[in-house]
Amino acid sequence: MPKDGGIGSSTKRREDVRFLSGTGNYTDDINLHGQLYAHFVRSDVAHGRINSIGAEAAEAMPGVVKVFTAKDFEGVGGVPCGWQITSIDGNPMQEPKHPVLAEGKVRHVGDPIAVVVAESLEQARDAGEALEIDIEMLDAVVDMKKALEPGATKVHDDLDSNLCYDWGFVQENKDAVDEAIKNADHVTTLELVNNRLVANPMEPRVAVGDYNRSTDEHTLYTTSQNPHVIRLLMGAFVLGIPEHKLRVVAPDVGGGFGTKIFHYAEEAFCTFAAKALNRPVKWTSTRSEAFMSDAHGRDHVTKIELAMDADNNFTAVRTETHANMGAYLSTFAPSVPTWLHGTLMAGNYKTPLIYVNVKAVFTNTVPVDAYRGAGRPEATFQLERVIDKAARERGVSPIELRRQNFITEFPYATPVAVEYDTGDYHATMDKVLEMSDHAGFEARAAESKKNGKLRGFGIAHYIEACGIAPSNLVGQLGARAGLYESATVRVNATGSISVMTGSHSHGQGHETSFAQVVSEMIGIDANQIDIIHGDTAKGPMGMGTYGSRSIAVGGSAMVRATEKIIAKAKKIAAHLMEASEGDIELKDGQFTVAGTDKSVAWGDVTLAAYVPHNYPLEDIEPGLEETAFYDPANFTYPSGGYVCEVEVDPETGKADVVAFSAADDFGNVINPMIVEGQVHGGVAQGFGQAMMENCAYDADGQLISASYMDYAMPRALDLPMIQVDHSCQTPCTHNPLGVKGCGEAGAIGSPPAFVNAVIDALNRGGHKVDHIDMPLSPDRIWSAMHAAK
Amino acid sequence: MHNFEYVRPKTIDEAVSALSSDEAQPLSGGQTLMPTMKARLAAPEKLVSLTAIDEMKGVRMDGDQLWIGGGTTHATVARETADSYPALSSLAGRIGDPSVRSMGTIGGSIANNDPSACYPAGALGSGATIVTNTREIAADDFFQGMFMTALEEGEIVTAVKFPIPQKAIYQKFIQPASRFPLTAVFVAHFGDNVRVAVTGASGGGVFRWTEAEEALASNFTGDAVAGLSVSAEDMISDLHGSGEYRAHLTKVMTKRAVDALA
Repeated sequence: MPKDGGIGSSTKRREDVRFLSGTGNYTDDINLHGQLYAHFVRSDVAHGRINSIGAEAAEAMPGVVKVFTAKDFEGVGGVPCGWQITSIDGNPMQEPKHPVLAEGKVRHVGDPIAVVVAESLEQARDAGEALEIDIEMLDAVVDMKKALEPGATKVHDDLDSNLCYDWGFVQENKDAVDEAIKNADHVTTLELVNNRLVANPMEPRVAVGDYNRSTDEHTLYTTSQNPHVIRLLMGAFVLGIPEHKLRVVAPDVGGGFGTKIFHYAEEAFCTFAAKALNRPVKWTSTRSEAFMSDAHGRDHVTKIELAMDADNNFTAVRTETHANMGAYLSTFAPSVPTWLHGTLMAGNYKTPLIYVNVKAVFTNTVPVDAYRGAGRPEATFQLERVIDKAARERGVSPIELRRQNFITEFPYATPVAVEYDTGDYHATMDKVLEMSDHAGFEARAAESKKNGKLRGFGIAHYIEACGIAPSNLVGQLGARAGLYESATVRVNATGSISVMTGSHSHGQGHETSFAQVVSEMIGIDANQIDIIHGDTAKGPMGMGTYGSRSIAVGGSAMVRATEKIIAKAKKIAAHLMEASEGDIELKDGQFTVAGTDKSVAWGDVTLAAYVPHNYPLEDIEPGLEETAFYDPANFTYPSGGYVCEVEVDPETGKADVVAFSAADDFGNVINPMIVEGQVHGGVAQGFGQAMMENCAYDADGQLISASYMDYAMPRALDLPMIQVDHSCQTPCTHNPLGVKGCGEAGAIGSPPAFVNAVIDALNRGGHKVDHIDMPLSPDRIWSAMHAAK
Repeated sequence: MHNFEYVRPKTIDEAVSALSSDEAQPLSGGQTLMPTMKARLAAPEKLVSLTAIDEMKGVRMDGDQLWIGGGTTHATVARETADSYPALSSLAGRIGDPSVRSMGTIGGSIANNDPSACYPAGALGSGATIVTNTREIAADDFFQGMFMTALEEGEIVTAVKFPIPQKAIYQKFIQPASRFPLTAVFVAHFGDNVRVAVTGASGGGVFRWTEAEEALASNFTGDAVAGLSVSAEDMISDLHGSGEYRAHLTKVMTKRAVDALA
């Protein structure tokens, strides 16, 4: 039984008091004295040459302070890319400049051309309409394969082509993989699209720039998942502001899902303009702007081949993927289809030979970057789909085919450069089949048939690499940053604690779950512990929250800092009790001397640290504050089995998800309620991708799903209650909490479960359908059924 | 949103007079016009709100017809026609979400004639009469194509009068993003004749599927529809469904409507 408020307790989220009562402090709630408003004028064509921008009439309009264009940013750096990929031929990726405002050309619908800054937002928008912008339209490049054809229009005139990189992994294995596929008893091939998505956090992006002329200090308030990273990227690479003169604050943030990791031009603009105009400058994205300026997710076109021997043992996997980068390289874009995707292609299976080829392509579309799961959903989807297809081709159970090929011995070194420390895939398979009442499926299918419906059972397993990442490793792989995390634990004189973490909470509940960890370690009430994040002025350099890394990396840093606190506190306690340090025990907030009835309370020790009258000053300093930086030794490898059950209406093609079960192995779990919520959210986003969401461009590069009228977001009523279990626990072996991370699992593991279920339903109904590309809208399902007739 | 002048008259006469000036536009529940203005896609100089006109509100029986004031919200229609005309109540109760239903009005919806709106199907399928400040127009003559109606400049839908069929039903298949009808069918059985109105499907807006009406008049069963086919030629084809799919849905929804009533 977990201690109330300690590790393992489903403590209610303390931050929900302010979130649910409307008293959160979001970036748009921040209004500074003398604040101006920025309105971005964006391209409505996908590709064009800017002949002229006439701003005279606009600048003369009421309230307008200044119209900014690219010429105001001469000498200012471009928005940088944080990861470099090397192509098969040894050349570095092609890396175009990404200017703050479009220089010479616009390259996607939404590319910012000019910014009007005015006393009010309405005045800025009015003036925006008065700008005289002359753009000569150019042919747009939208389709990735056409973009690579010789003679294709180039998105960037100064690059050789639209190919960003051509990556092979593991290149040394390529010949052996080709050979294994040639000699295989059976090869299952699947071509598929991993659909482009828009993250759509509830809170759109906002930036407020401020400048203090007397101190030469800049402050940026922004909707970011990682304010320190923004400070580094924007300060060092765009605006040339040293860290000690630049503070970045990311207060309450209403959802990120990856798209708020990246450094955006609007942040640099507001910071720059605040100094140029010597007044605070605010920009708040409209939802329409978000669709065309937030980095999109996914957008892969893939061919995967799975080779098997006569006994259905997997012998090789070969994949070729075209990955859309959009018009510019967003912060982590190059890493997503490569190191976050290729390294996951072993999945849960002991396939000995794997080769992954990825061609990253520039197109006249919004930049694409990490979205919940980032590369790992793309890997999981193709693998779990091709296995299902293989099972159908071989006439074997998709469950048994998976079981037969599961990795069972750990640690396990995959042929794609990672080593899984722990896992038990049979256990999660057993659990999810039990949860989903697999045994009763045929009876339910028969009942559905009576009602004219086709019922399908979809199974998927997943493995993900989380807790990113060992800095030395990612440095070798092209990262231009370290991926450690930091924490400062500040114990106050009366014993309360402020923890400054480099992780950032934008809905994950860190303020609750992180406090549970420290409460458990010291034995004081969690209410005595505050978690502080999101302000570069308050905490040490941190790398932020993404890649399911916060508890595994940020939590570990906090544990290390707390361990230092406890070690020092024990020295003080030993002094106070005139005992040997080695005999001091800390339990429930009391220090005792082993084998005696002597004790001092936590508060006595912390007070002594700050009022060191009776204190070992010759050995230790006063005060009780420690910082730790934690750099993980390996990734963590959460895994799990997901089952989806659907009913398809054969007359309309509509698939209703009637049941969903998730058995995850997250290692140890800090707050089961929060973990359950994370899985629910991830599965709902996976459902969105699989069944509804589709960011679509037409051939001219116009975004045709540019609002909620056409971009279908899932709603609560679209899903059944999701059954979640995390009792299968193989703790991580290399971090102090034994945790693996849970934030992305649902979005990684669920899309193939949904699609497998629909394909199963159709085949059970006699429709020979191998695959339907996501989203599985009623129209697509109906069309596939009729094409298969 | 651009600045505009705003008036909120209390009578139909005052509203008509306010609308006689150039660049004036009527505003009812604003569920289409306000988002359009916020996106700066429309910039009327003057808005004449119709929401304070008592003589345009309410639901009552007028002889054997159901009279609904043009300014009556969907939520009110859903609540107050539950006994008198359940199929219409059901249609109104499934438009948009609670905030849309609490603001949007029947007159606004019918005057706008969005090709994917619900009310045009209800009005055309019922053979309703559209009452304006100057005349009465049969639904068959009122809806003239996508966003086009018989309304003249400055003419206001003051009420809609519905004959009440023996039985009727509204079968809606939603577009997953907007949750408007991808294709929806209103089937009304009047004893001697049957009306079938289809919305969401055609590029020409709401239409009557007369072939089905004729077949159903003599044989009101789902099987009577099963043998028919709908041409995909004029159907909307977009991200959410091809013309063929919408044509197919027209038939499926009609059959289901009849099966539910038969």
